[in-house]
Amino acid sequence: MAKTISLTINGKRITTVPGTTILMAARQVGIRIPTLCYHPRLSATGSCRVCMVEVRGRPTLMPSCTTTVEDGMEVVTANDRVLEARRLIVQLLLASGNHNCLTCQSNGACELQKLAYDLGIEALAFPARSSGYPRDDSNAMIERDPDKCILCSRCVRACQEVQVNEVLDFGYRGRRSKIVTAWDLPYAESDCVFCGECVSVCPTGALTEKQAKFQGRPWELKKVRTTCPYCGTGCQLDLNVRDGRVVKVTSDTLHGPPNYGSLCVKGRFGYDFIHHPDRLTAPLVRHKEGFRKASWDEALDLVASRFSQIKQSYGADALAGLSSARCTNEENYLFQKLMRTAIGTNNIDHCARL
Amino acid sequence: MTNAISDIEQAEVILVTGSNTTEMHPVIAACIKRAVRRNHARLIVVDPRKIGLTFYAERWLRPRPGTDVAWINSIMHVILRDGLENKPFIAERTEGFDALGPLLAAYSPERVQKMTGIKSQDIEHAAHMYARASRATILYAMGITQHTSGTDNVKALANLAMLCGHVGVPGAGVNPLRGQNNVQGACDMGALPDVFSGYQPVADEVTRTRMAQAWGVEELPQRPGKTLMEIMEGAGSGDIRALFIMGENPMLSDPDLHHVASCLGHLEFLVVQDIFLTETAKLADVVLPGASFAEKDGTFTNTERRAQRVRQAIPPIQGCRPDWKILCDLASRLGVPMSYETPRAVMDEIASVTPSYAGISYRRIGKKGIQWPCLATDHPGTPYLHKGRFARGKGRFHPVDYAPPPEVPDTDYPLYLSTGRVLYHWHTGTMTRRTRGLVECAPECEVEISPKDADIHDIRDGDPVQITSRRGRITAKARITEKAVPGMIFVPFHFAEAAVNELTLRDVDPVAKIPGIKVCAVKLQKAG
Repeated sequence: MAKTISLTINGKRITTVPGTTILMAARQVGIRIPTLCYHPRLSATGSCRVCMVEVRGRPTLMPSCTTTVEDGMEVVTANDRVLEARRLIVQLLLASGNHNCLTCQSNGACELQKLAYDLGIEALAFPARSSGYPRDDSNAMIERDPDKCILCSRCVRACQEVQVNEVLDFGYRGRRSKIVTAWDLPYAESDCVFCGECVSVCPTGALTEKQAKFQGRPWELKKVRTTCPYCGTGCQLDLNVRDGRVVKVTSDTLHGPPNYGSLCVKGRFGYDFIHHPDRLTAPLVRHKEGFRKASWDEALDLVASRFSQIKQSYGADALAGLSSARCTNEENYLFQKLMRTAIGTNNIDHCARL
Repeated sequence: MTNAISDIEQAEVILVTGSNTTEMHPVIAACIKRAVRRNHARLIVVDPRKIGLTFYAERWLRPRPGTDVAWINSIMHVILRDGLENKPFIAERTEGFDALGPLLAAYSPERVQKMTGIKSQDIEHAAHMYARASRATILYAMGITQHTSGTDNVKALANLAMLCGHVGVPGAGVNPLRGQNNVQGACDMGALPDVFSGYQPVADEVTRTRMAQAWGVEELPQRPGKTLMEIMEGAGSGDIRALFIMGENPMLSDPDLHHVASCLGHLEFLVVQDIFLTETAKLADVVLPGASFAEKDGTFTNTERRAQRVRQAIPPIQGCRPDWKILCDLASRLGVPMSYETPRAVMDEIASVTPSYAGISYRRIGKKGIQWPCLATDHPGTPYLHKGRFARGKGRFHPVDYAPPPEVPDTDYPLYLSTGRVLYHWHTGTMTRRTRGLVECAPECEVEISPKDADIHDIRDGDPVQITSRRGRITAKARITEKAVPGMIFVPFHFAEAAVNELTLRDVDPVAKIPGIKVCAVKLQKAG
């Protein structure tokens, strides 16, 4: 077998390795072929047919995400025939369900919407027909709207292949088809563990973060890349911020290690605490049976003077500090530096043992 | 971890023990499950509970709680008996092997079956699977370490990995899955009683002099300090008079809570710095409001030793201050001025005094992080440890004998109790119990009881039950499930209103001083 394969895409000569798909070969040289069911972390199924291209000598259009390159292949990614086919597919998808972009949470980030725009689709060619399936808002985290689902199966593959939770699959047949959990139960009653991988790969507004609803459009949110505050895996995530509030957590395969875009329920949905009304907002000083609020200066002066007194009376080793596995490296470093220099004791530990 | 998380998917055999990975490290669990489903890796799970991963395992070995050294030794016994050890690796890379064989002689699978409850043929099978693999990894967590024999458990696992040469190569290693987001970093930074950052011993005079110079102080205390459990005891006995707690909640997380409360009660002065008024903060003389991860810059170091950025997304909540600033303000008031402009400046200082972080800076961490040791600014970081050579030169075998846990079931307290976390909550629940979606999924404390034990005690699913140990009593809701095995119940420790640490033991491992929280004896009865 040849070590390299030569082909042309839109007349451009390309050399690549065997096993490469037409889609990948095109991307390697910067030729964009639109996709919908394709996702870089998932197996390619070639089911949506949006990435169809013309291959000279083949009677039908070929899905570029599953067709591998062959020597001498001549590929055209966007002629009239291809574009007509894509328009028809997108028209059919738009007619299935109720794709109401007006207040859709994915408006501006929806891949179907973008395709319709890129293909110049101004009006529906076919009457839209609702799936007839109700919305699943059985839980506080993920909302499922079957009327915005295009059955691309990215959620199914993410659930099966990436998280291997094996909760989602296709149910029913024909135009009754639906993405279901076992026994078609709502998420809350199913085996779903709310990792949200399905939400993260959904190309439309069929799967969205429920609490982020009406909290900001995609273009209004500032994404700040950071590290998850829960377990030691150290997943990379994006805090989505609007007006100084964290309104959503998202993730991105391209962030790379250690999680390549995967999160768990805590990382993706466990952020309410940040803005919780129980947050402490002023230093507290013990007063009779309870506390009273104090200024920072008063509280810090009090701590410093009591620490000094106790050190003077009993020696530095009468003081101790518990640092925090929840805080940053910089804070832990400063904590031990403070205890060792300003207090003068090695009585420092943290909950590594708990 | 000796190896990287991504290494798991390169392993041929994966041994998971003392880690309920699908609930505690779900994203790492996904790596394990992908390895099994996609790469046909073979999974062995050794755990007293029928945890989620057992569903993906070729074998589930179910030891009685606290018997880990016995089954690990027995696996090694089989490996030696059948000549499956990696002789070239042992000869070239290790020392102390000769002492191992005689000790292991007593751990035949038949005898160990009686000690642990694991079927002898399962021990044989697991031994062959692990030893014959070209790349095999061991993953473990607090189920291995949180025992009075915690250090021995880890030594036994290290012996096993060295015996088969499954160290120092990709897809292998001995890999603790660290619990907290930055427990690795807190250790790396010297938030420990005996070492400065980078595990540089405080008892070493040269190091101490160098650190004193770097920090601009005349001298530094040379005697290693007290560990967490010793600090608590010290508070109780009057040795410790003042305690500064930053971002911890021992009034829920530490064993034997009545004792913890009494110890903290003896203090003359307690300062707690936190984002909520925790059970511990309620006892404080002064409470300082810190900032959450979303409100500050910094770094966390994950379980695979990867330093990663924490980036400020929002300003601190009104009235709060980033913890690093509070520490600087306090140190300055105590006569050691700290005037860092930013956490970045702190990291630059860390790099200058910590050999394993010497090459780490915010610029280099960038978007992919960097795994220590990273010895210089042109050092690429270290995806896996002990390549070609162990950190100490030769890998030393530390043969260890099995010792039973300090408390086992008897006629008065006939059941084992083990504790841990559930998927939907974190540690003492201060954050997760204030998050709607998570509270919906796990609103209250549930005791996992096997159908058999439920029958014996005439308990139905959902009944309130009383759990009593020699140290305390709590009430929680019964959840009858096959996940629990007969003779043992499991209670998560997130819930203040059913604080299971009122029941647990505070006996510690003699070396690591880790409390043996994972095993104690209790009795169970239907409540009121």
